[in-house]
Amino acid sequence: MRILSFLALALYASTGFADWQLNMPQGVTSSSNEIYDLHQLILWICAVIGLLVTAGIGYCLIKFRKSKGAVPAKWDENLFAEVTWTVIPTIILVLMAIPASKTLANLYDTSNSEVDILVTGYQWKWQYEYIDEEVGFFSNMSTPRDQIEGDAEKGEHYLLEVDEPMVVPVGKKIRLLLTAKDVIHSWWIPEFGVKKDAVPGFINESWMVIDEPGVYRGQCTELCGKDHGFMPVVVHAVSEQEYDAWVAGKKEIAAQAALASMKTYSKDELMAEGEAVYMRTCAACHQANGTGIPAAGFPSLIGSPLIEGDVAGHIDIVLNGKPATAMQAFAAQLNDVELAAVVTYERNAWGNDKGDVVQPADVAAMRAEKE
Amino acid sequence: MSSTAVGAEHHDHGPAKGLKRWLYTTNHKDIGTMYLVLSFVMFLYGGAFAMGIRLELFEPGIQYFSPEKYNQMITMHGLIMVFGAVMPAFVGLANWMIPLQIGAPDMALPRMNNWSFWILPFAFSMLSMTTFMDGGAPNFGWTFYAPLSTTYAPPSTTFFIFAVHMMGISSIMGAINVIVTIFNMRAPGMTWMKMPLFVWTWLITAFLLIAAMPVLAGAVTMMLFDIHLGTSFFDAAGGGDPVLFQHIFWFFGHPEVYIMILPAFGVVSAILPAFARKPLFGYTSMVWAVASIALLSFIVWAHHMFLVGMPLVAELFFMYATMLIAIPTGIKVFNWMATLYQGSITFETPMLFALAFLVLFTCGGLSGLMLSIGPADFQYHDTYFVVAHFHYVLVPGAVFAIMAGAYYWLPKWTGHMYDERLGKIHFWLSFISINVTFFPQHFLGLAGMPRRIPDYALMFSDFNMMSSIGGLTYGVSQLLFVYIIIKCVRGGEKASEKPWDGAEGLEWTVPSPAPYHTFSTPPKVD
Ligand code: HEC
Ligand SMILES: [Cu+2]
Repeated sequence: MRILSFLALALYASTGFADWQLNMPQGVTSSSNEIYDLHQLILWICAVIGLLVTAGIGYCLIKFRKSKGAVPAKWDENLFAEVTWTVIPTIILVLMAIPASKTLANLYDTSNSEVDILVTGYQWKWQYEYIDEEVGFFSNMSTPRDQIEGDAEKGEHYLLEVDEPMVVPVGKKIRLLLTAKDVIHSWWIPEFGVKKDAVPGFINESWMVIDEPGVYRGQCTELCGKDHGFMPVVVHAVSEQEYDAWVAGKKEIAAQAALASMKTYSKDELMAEGEAVYMRTCAACHQANGTGIPAAGFPSLIGSPLIEGDVAGHIDIVLNGKPATAMQAFAAQLNDVELAAVVTYERNAWGNDKGDVVQPADVAAMRAEKE
Repeated sequence: MSSTAVGAEHHDHGPAKGLKRWLYTTNHKDIGTMYLVLSFVMFLYGGAFAMGIRLELFEPGIQYFSPEKYNQMITMHGLIMVFGAVMPAFVGLANWMIPLQIGAPDMALPRMNNWSFWILPFAFSMLSMTTFMDGGAPNFGWTFYAPLSTTYAPPSTTFFIFAVHMMGISSIMGAINVIVTIFNMRAPGMTWMKMPLFVWTWLITAFLLIAAMPVLAGAVTMMLFDIHLGTSFFDAAGGGDPVLFQHIFWFFGHPEVYIMILPAFGVVSAILPAFARKPLFGYTSMVWAVASIALLSFIVWAHHMFLVGMPLVAELFFMYATMLIAIPTGIKVFNWMATLYQGSITFETPMLFALAFLVLFTCGGLSGLMLSIGPADFQYHDTYFVVAHFHYVLVPGAVFAIMAGAYYWLPKWTGHMYDERLGKIHFWLSFISINVTFFPQHFLGLAGMPRRIPDYALMFSDFNMMSSIGGLTYGVSQLLFVYIIIKCVRGGEKASEKPWDGAEGLEWTVPSPAPYHTFSTPPKVD
């Protein structure tokens, strides 16, 4: 009976509320609305069937008790009944299959898109590249470690916040092209009704038209290693003007970064920037204090061979990664200033005291060599 | 834990003494007992991982286990429960009951029977050892998707592959044994359509095993090649395809889930009529329903993969095929209901577990139907809704059926009645706590909580805490079952040949406890 009341509750709540959210969100795209309607339909059908079955069993258990003097019947067949409970479910299934097929076909229609975004999953962050705009960036979870470990009060958007969200215009058809660099990830925003696997070496497609401006949050849904639980998806849907302004701003920043890489920096500047980059990009594996998690295959960087060795080897592994290990290539993820800074930082932090200062030009030279 | 006294009485020639009895035995009852004991130990072991998981998820934040440990725990939990607890439990029941139910003196291939059991402790020891290896135990989930399980896997993966091979060999040998026994050793007059449903469901399960396990072996062998021999089956950089892995895995995996539920259908089909004191409704359609579920199970695998980027026609095909399974499953549920109708019902512990199976398996089946609807699955996939679904079919489904079977046949195995009062307490604790554990997970999934995460957003806190309380209660309740069994093995009210007045079948024509050798001369069935 308790289950029944739970079910009843589930049905009551057509939209969720705060902590005890019971049902799927209706969402803000036509896809999510269609899926929601379909979900409601099948939920009701299944709930009614479930209730009928439970009620039927309950009736038998009350009515036909030996303690009440029930005498067992001898029959064990009834063709009519058997045909009935084969035919009726078949009809119900067909009734469910029709709207499901229509919705499915619609979800597959990625034609006529107006904005195309390449979404790439990495262990454990997302990269968004706006194909027509030549804008691209990484999106990392920004929830601080101490909140996760319980040393600080957890924020409102605990685990569902990022340093740089995807920004998209409302009312336009956005096509997502999804892929991954290492393992399989899956990009999901419940409010869009969009979830799709990002498979390394392959490109999947999905699309959405967002009706309402707002901040929408989701998570990676395919187990992708240690920090699978810590790679949120956050999307800001904004008006078209705001979107255009944002794109322009992004291009401006890119131009400045190109200029910045021509400069020479002091060691202190590099160490400060390097620490920021390290915490954002490297600490998930090598840990904030550089000790890594050797038991899980993430080496310590304190006095490690490549750091003890010459700078070139160190820059090389950070630029190009090490194939077939979790140490990925950062050449495309970080610019020359960031790379120079993080290498400088690693060589001079946590008791490493190589004293080396790596400049953006050094990194650029190694990049050029590679090409 | 060879605490059982089964067959201790001396007949023509009894069991050997001491450890040798268990090492060298070819007796189906001894082997059945060993399988059951092993599976229960594995159930507690896999359950310990589940307790760890629920403990970590009790509150948001990382408290007890680091994310990498957490991933190892979910992987071990899944592998141990599937391959160590549920499958061997059914093999144990098969070993004990199939010869008794068809009037055969033993399994057809007794030495192979011994071997297929004794492989398992080594397989699970090897799997467990990975916990202490560099890089830790396998951490890629029981579905071990490539390339997380190949290029990015810990070194212990090689041992995991070896262990899976051993489990597979054991299962295949067990399946061959069941098939050969049923085909060749039925008592005179035991025609196909007179066989108890437990025998039928196991026969069909055995064919599923023979078809599915080699595919699993293929998948892990390809992984082994990718890891050590430089092939690229699942590596796009070398021309392979990570999604190929999923196709192969689920071609095994979907039949596998029916391997874990069909024998449960058989157990329930024995117990419901026994305590309703009325013959099973629609025997013939039950047999056909099981056979068609088994056949369909080979053409629905990609419903686990609706989001990998298949063409539309493929999605439609797998959606329709999956929906079809609801028909034979529905027939079974309705037939069981019709069995209760106009019966004369009593509520002993086996019946309580079987009834709970009927209601809660239906619940799991219906959420399965929802998951089969492709577009809706776009939202449900890889969330707690899926976790809720498959735990409903596996715990109050398969595990409850195993417990029902254990209570039902314990008098036959031990010669004593179990403690009915404790059995009922065990049932109610299990029934309530399992629903408190898994029902809220439906809501968590719909609200957007992904599965396999060690920490979650704050809006999921309340239901997670509830689920953890339920889970920990369920875990502790199972210790009561240990006590009930030990108590029953040790002594208690003597059980008659047929302690359940409504029970049917040849197993109830031999004394309780069943002597070490039964049906040396085949009974006549008419
Ligand atoms: C996803 C996990 C991960 C991230 C993120 C990561 N690394 Fe690594 N890193 C590794 C692994 C694994 C190795 C060991 C590779 C091997 O040799 O097998 C490694 C090795 C290294 C080494 C070589 C250590 C030695 O002396 O052998 C350096 C230097 C390094 N990483 C720097 C970085 C920097 C800088 C960043 C951030 C920009 C970073 N790593 C981010 C996983 C990671
Ligand atoms: Cu991911």
